[in-house]
Amino acid sequence: MAYVDENTRVVVQGITGHQGSFHTAEMIKFGTKVVAGVTPGKKGEKIHDVPIVNSMREAMDYEPNASMIAVPAPFVKDAAYEAIDAGVKLIYILTEKVPFHDTMEIFHQASLRSVTLLGPNGPGVTRPGYSKIGIMPNQIFRKGDVAVASRSGTLTYEIVDSITRAGYGESTVVGLGGDPVVGLTFVDVLKVFENDPDTKRIVLVGEIGGSNEEKAAEYIRDHVKKKVVAYITGRSAPPGKRMGHAGAIIEKGVGTAESKIKAFNSVGVKVADYPDDVPKYLG
Amino acid sequence: MNLYEYMGKNIFRSSGIPVPDGYVVEKLSELKPFEKPVAVKSQILLGGRGKSGGIKFARNADELKDFTGQLLGSKIRGLEVKKVLIEEMINIDHEFYLSIALSRPDRRPIIIASAQGGVEIESVPEDKIIKRLVDPILGYSDYLGREISQFLGLSKDISKDFMSILRNLYNVYVGEDCELVEINPLVITKEGKMIAADSKIVMDTDSMYRHRDINITDPEKTPLELEAQSKGYAFVELDGNIGVIANGAGLTMATLDALTLHKGRPRNFLDLGGTDSVDIVITAFDLVLKAKPSAILVNIFGGVTKCDTVASGIASAKEKFNIKQPIVVRLSGVHEEEGREILKKSGIDAYSQMMPAIEAVVNKAVTA
Repeated sequence: MAYVDENTRVVVQGITGHQGSFHTAEMIKFGTKVVAGVTPGKKGEKIHDVPIVNSMREAMDYEPNASMIAVPAPFVKDAAYEAIDAGVKLIYILTEKVPFHDTMEIFHQASLRSVTLLGPNGPGVTRPGYSKIGIMPNQIFRKGDVAVASRSGTLTYEIVDSITRAGYGESTVVGLGGDPVVGLTFVDVLKVFENDPDTKRIVLVGEIGGSNEEKAAEYIRDHVKKKVVAYITGRSAPPGKRMGHAGAIIEKGVGTAESKIKAFNSVGVKVADYPDDVPKYLG
Repeated sequence: MNLYEYMGKNIFRSSGIPVPDGYVVEKLSELKPFEKPVAVKSQILLGGRGKSGGIKFARNADELKDFTGQLLGSKIRGLEVKKVLIEEMINIDHEFYLSIALSRPDRRPIIIASAQGGVEIESVPEDKIIKRLVDPILGYSDYLGREISQFLGLSKDISKDFMSILRNLYNVYVGEDCELVEINPLVITKEGKMIAADSKIVMDTDSMYRHRDINITDPEKTPLELEAQSKGYAFVELDGNIGVIANGAGLTMATLDALTLHKGRPRNFLDLGGTDSVDIVITAFDLVLKAKPSAILVNIFGGVTKCDTVASGIASAKEKFNIKQPIVVRLSGVHEEEGREILKKSGIDAYSQMMPAIEAVVNKAVTA
């Protein structure tokens, strides 16, 4: 199972906030089972027909197995700990600007309890025909055999849209998140995609900063038999400048687009020059 | 966010990490009477201060006054010296390197140490460096310090000092939400004491809400970048002539890359973010126009950010700022057709795909 399926039951922490409310409605339209929402003090109310409770402990009455966290950054760590303690097995954090020290602790506490962490600061995961958790726009997807993993949000939609327009469809699309510390790496996702019977081809959308892509290239060389295509953004970014994402920065020569493109090319992974070119290499 | 040396040393001092005695002055009248030779150090956020003449050594009262007077208000590589740190001279016997940073692939803090300090750690051979990852749940414990101390070849007495410094440094790294804490050099004095002769602290910008007492203007940001930051935009100035407004950091970077591959030269990075407000678009134009581009490209893939909202913003900005430069727009996604209609009334034909828009704006920037 690639993160979510028809048995995924989602609770939204921060469901009455602007983001929480809007994306709850969109998820329901996509077919996601949103079983409860948490907003302290609003127990008994409903939003988009979803019952609201005061705590994750109360939310467990609705038997969720995944949580989407859409609370402001200062409250994310507490919300994540509450979800881990309550026993859900997948936690997706939508929030951006979470201090990375908080994320580091959330990640390791989650790992100790075999909880998968997705994000922060990413668009979530979407499986057309099954379910989605997160904020990816519903209308760009078509069920198919291309799996996509990306460090971006909007750029992911751009590429998914071009894949769909080219006549392909998607099996699973995962947004890792744009922060320096996030729950999933490309290697984690590649393991899942390689074993996923719905997936025949894989697209990785990387960007400057860190060495996630270089490690993915090594893993592809040794373990991945499915076709992999990549796109790397930030070729024109000056060193030392953060390009919007906290994690998108070239530090002391580490994390350049050249290094990532070279790593992929050296293991036979085609790297598209433009987002629109990705589908050309899928055939 | 980089801290000044004196701020880092104040944090070290209050956290139990020994630093040289010293004080900060902003004007000459704040100087204390001369007692012994001191270092006079400009407080600017640049490496290589010594080489640029920003650090002087005063051997008597006259030199202390002269050097402080010279440095205060002077400019070093374009940065004004507003504060000077007056610090006791230390007798160095040996220099070490010690830092704690984030190891991104491990998602853990990493301690890095070497007995070859006082130089850039990048220039030290790998086998002279020890690295130890810390489990953030277990936190720091003395077994890590013992291993590192042994590698550095410290004597029993110094090792005790070192372990205390490392423990306290880890507390600073966590307590102050640091990306990096670095002591280079960490010194053993001729008197046999271990002391932090320098401090480098980089704090995580996203954590500043819990450190409101610290407020530093990033010297590497241009005035326009600072203005954009204060208005909540992710904005980077570049040296080209095509203004860029896009939504999402990844798509904005991809837009810059595509322009560059087409021999266009982007003037800026501006990410509208995941908002849906006309005013945010208008202010984005205000910022980009201040960078005086010869043409402007707006690249939107609509989702949460709706195409018609952006189109209304473009139309309003065009009228409000009386924009003469060519504006090239690409709209795709949610409310694309509505957006296209709005722009038509302002005389703009929006593209629906990215590449034709890239080509068009590059051509217009050349002829403009």
